[in-house]
Amino acid sequence: MQFSESWLRSLCNPALSNQELCHLLTMAGLEVEENEAVAPAFSGVVVAQVLTVEKHPDADKLKLCSVDVGESTPLQIVCGAPNVAAGMKVPCARVGARLPGIEIKRAKVRGVESHGMLCSARELGLSEDHAGLLPLAANATVGEDIRKHLDLDDRKITIKLTPNRADCLSLSGIARELAALTGAALALPEIAPAIAVIDDTRGIQLDAPAACPRYCGRIIRGVKADAPTPEWMKRRIERSGIRAISFLVDVTNYVMLELGQPLHAFDDAELAGAIHVRQPTPGEQLLLLNEQTVTPSADTALIADDEKPLAMAGIMGGEHSGISDATRDLFLESAFFPPAAIAGKARALGFSSDASHRYERGVDFTLQRRAIERATQLILENCGGQPGPVVEALAAEHLPTRRPVTLRSERAARVLGIALPAERIEAMLKSLGLAVERVAEGFRVTPPSFRFDIEIEEDLIEEIARLHGYDNIPSLPPVARMAMMPASESAKSAMALRRQVAARDYHEVVTYSFVEAAWEADFAADATPVVLANPIASQMGVMRSTLVGGLVGTLAANRKRQIERVRVFEIGRCFRRETGAGPVAGFAQPLRLGALAAGPALPEQWGTATRRVDFYDLKADVEDLFAPRRLEFVKAAHPALHPGRCAEIRLDGAVVGVIGELHPRWVQKYELGGAPVLFEIELPALLGTPFPAYAEVSRLPAVVRDLALVVPQTQALAPLLAGLRAAAPATVRDVALFDVYQGKGLADGEKSLAFRIVMQDTQRTLEDAEVDAVIADLLAMAAREFGASLRG
Amino acid sequence: MSDLDQLVASAEADFSAAAEPARLEDAKARYLGKDGSLTALLKGLGKLPAEERKSAGAAINQAKQSIESALTARREALKAAQLEAQLATEALDVTLPGRGLPRGSLHPVTISLDRIEQLFRSIGFEVADGPEIETDWHNFTALNTPQNHPARSMHDTFYLLGDDGKVHDDVLLRTHTSPVQIRAMLAHTKRHRDAATMPELRVICPGRVYRVDSDATHSPMFHQVEGLWVGEKVSFADLKGVVADFLRRFFESDDMKVRFRPSFFPFTEPSAEIDVAFMSGALEGRWLEIAGCGMVHPNVLRFGGFDPEKYTGFAFGMGPDRLTMLRYGINDLRLFFEGDLRFLSQFR
Repeated sequence: MQFSESWLRSLCNPALSNQELCHLLTMAGLEVEENEAVAPAFSGVVVAQVLTVEKHPDADKLKLCSVDVGESTPLQIVCGAPNVAAGMKVPCARVGARLPGIEIKRAKVRGVESHGMLCSARELGLSEDHAGLLPLAANATVGEDIRKHLDLDDRKITIKLTPNRADCLSLSGIARELAALTGAALALPEIAPAIAVIDDTRGIQLDAPAACPRYCGRIIRGVKADAPTPEWMKRRIERSGIRAISFLVDVTNYVMLELGQPLHAFDDAELAGAIHVRQPTPGEQLLLLNEQTVTPSADTALIADDEKPLAMAGIMGGEHSGISDATRDLFLESAFFPPAAIAGKARALGFSSDASHRYERGVDFTLQRRAIERATQLILENCGGQPGPVVEALAAEHLPTRRPVTLRSERAARVLGIALPAERIEAMLKSLGLAVERVAEGFRVTPPSFRFDIEIEEDLIEEIARLHGYDNIPSLPPVARMAMMPASESAKSAMALRRQVAARDYHEVVTYSFVEAAWEADFAADATPVVLANPIASQMGVMRSTLVGGLVGTLAANRKRQIERVRVFEIGRCFRRETGAGPVAGFAQPLRLGALAAGPALPEQWGTATRRVDFYDLKADVEDLFAPRRLEFVKAAHPALHPGRCAEIRLDGAVVGVIGELHPRWVQKYELGGAPVLFEIELPALLGTPFPAYAEVSRLPAVVRDLALVVPQTQALAPLLAGLRAAAPATVRDVALFDVYQGKGLADGEKSLAFRIVMQDTQRTLEDAEVDAVIADLLAMAAREFGASLRG
Repeated sequence: MSDLDQLVASAEADFSAAAEPARLEDAKARYLGKDGSLTALLKGLGKLPAEERKSAGAAINQAKQSIESALTARREALKAAQLEAQLATEALDVTLPGRGLPRGSLHPVTISLDRIEQLFRSIGFEVADGPEIETDWHNFTALNTPQNHPARSMHDTFYLLGDDGKVHDDVLLRTHTSPVQIRAMLAHTKRHRDAATMPELRVICPGRVYRVDSDATHSPMFHQVEGLWVGEKVSFADLKGVVADFLRRFFESDDMKVRFRPSFFPFTEPSAEIDVAFMSGALEGRWLEIAGCGMVHPNVLRFGGFDPEKYTGFAFGMGPDRLTMLRYGINDLRLFFEGDLRFLSQFR
């Protein structure tokens, strides 16, 4: 809601500066968003009258003017404006005046003395209009300061109203609030009902009374529709953000701004018979003022005459029945449409109007007659005409009701944390126009017709807090009974996990949960992803079922920035349809950790050979994240990953994630340069960490033996290692692979796997013969089960 | 000078002259070896008369000790010199950079979320989590949002398509973390339904939220943290105390100004917007809107299973993205979601 400060002050004028006023409004919940001067600072400009205009002796385009600035002798001023004419009144910047950017001095223009400057609107910083001088009203007082004449010390204030404060969508409403906040007097306009001089009326029929419980109409005949809008009115509405169009339109807007009641003016000559407020007939169409043709839904009310629809009730008038400069006879509408009848209707059609904005939030349902009288008064003052009587159609049973609300002082004290005296509470509520009655429990408060937001006790407590001032409610340190908040040693927090991942040189990213459909198809082979009904862009159209897309997208974006080594991770939710229970039926929304690495394994550094990051680098990262728990990696297939370089990650037999190199097809499609390696793991699996299990430490010496086995190239390590571990007696503490070799000394298709075997007993020192026998048994098992031979 | 003294002096001179261990051992042999001069003197001792033998023997032994200690001293000196030389050749350029894997980074918003969690944990708030595809009931209805409220429109809220290609109107992408409040209240009141007086509920709910909005200051996905405290004696004054204290601790700025001004949300009443103003820096003295809060609306308490006559509560919601931007002076929200390593790697 934008308004002119001087207009507001004409209704309520507390002794506050502009800044203080704005602060007060903001702290009362009417947040001031903009507070803008209507004109830049300038001085020394007065109303002047051009007396004579002559040609400049030496310049075709310049004129020599004699200008009356309200002093005994006129000034000689050179002027180049095309519209300068004898008799017109214009702003004149006198010698010594300071305008935006310039100071006016006595000057010679092409050899002729000039004692000032006649000004355009642009030169005064009032608009961009530079076509000619700014013409002033014929009755302007010559010599008056232009700032006073045009009220240029006014400011445009915009407040951001919360939807519950429809009562402040008018100057009167804001003034009423200001009076309550400051105690300053409220001076609302005097409105005397016009005396009907003609008997003409139109019947009004409320066929949809729930959508329109009150409708006032009046005919005014013989108006001069082309009468200009008075400057003061034009200024007020334009400084309140509404463009001035023609007087009859302007006057309806003026009254709406002043009182908060939207009005509509019909050209009476266009109307046939009575006015009906009714539902549309099926398929009925209406061309609106904004040139949009609509087919209103059945729950929309129309204003119609006997023959045709005229307007969408409370939303917008029709194109054909509106007023024009040719209008002679006027039919004025001032009606009440309840919020429920209007809410959402304009938005559904893709626009908003000043009327619908007010009606859907709540217009004072007792205001209609007052508003129509106010408009009549202004019309008669400005363009004459003969008013008929006001006809009011009323369906009182459909008017909103105002039920009394009980307020308990102790409840207010409990909610606010501060006890206010009953007298103070009563005074504050009364100042807002609420009817207050003392009762045993506290107060019985009946809200006025202009407030749509007071239905329960908390609504009143809020009003008290607001008027008392939130600043004046103390800030108390919290008081509560203490209790320890244990964190289990076996639970790792997601934050600790993040730190662990970051410690292995991954950078955390946050990517969008909605992705391109192609990512889902490529990286999850998901042909039926969860689709957004209203995505912000097509590449954000589906919900991700995997983190892979976002990670690959991050890689591609960084590659474009010439960053070769990219290591990123994300913890976030993935989404897929799944029948069955969950917090939201029909959807699984698991949290996952995903990570991706591409480029050199280490940053380029001295003394270290450069190599590309590979599967085993990330496998080590995964193992570290789960340590000391042991994982199983089982060769697997995944749509995003290289079929020969991909494994399922299993923990205690259950699949908890996947690791692998990106499929070459996607490396090419997404222009990644080289294949990244990535993993994705279900987050809950990562957040457990076993409670340490202590085992006795032997004081006896350990025996270490190495065993190098030659096996076929295709032999996977895991079964062989598992076989060795299974075959080893209890004295073998550990069997670990420490080298893989292929090449010279081995046949093609062979490789050597070297194991370190650590043996130890807690009770005695092992004998050599015993150790040799164990090694021989292990070798025999490997030869038998895996075709292994001892490397010579 | 006796012969013995001379012999000792000569040995000392020879030892000193030996520049390396092998030469020293040669010199040692000349005096203490099988055919060494001192050995020869000891051997000649038997030929002396008995009365002289004792004193001569003592003198020779003393000379031998002197020679041996000179030898030991020289051996130590040579060893020390050798170590010195070795150490000199082993010296490193200590100014070369260290090798190995550097450290990655945490997302700046994560860092803020962690701080927020820690600060609230320190006064007994637990952390709760909830789904991001949420029901209309949890996201709107239970939060007292009217059926025709603009926030419910497809202009503001992301909805999903069903298998039939039609818009699901009962599920959506949550537009705030407030639905987690509802879930936390329902879980709490269910857990303690038999208690005469329920224990207090103190919880914060961080997470991602979604709105149909995208420009330099709005992202269709962003973060929010919701806080909730319900108990028998929780007031607006407590809300002011907790949130203002939090903001000052979060920004580590004791002199920061915090103000609460009336506002409107369907789920709280009285409601407030919270503005802060820094007392130094680029934004000095400017009021910045930072959070919304209020006393939980009685309808919302009821939906959560609390009797609003017996229990009151406050709730607040703030944007960690904005808090992070202010804390680090980041000027563009979009940087958080672009994954640019040149940006992210600054937050180690």
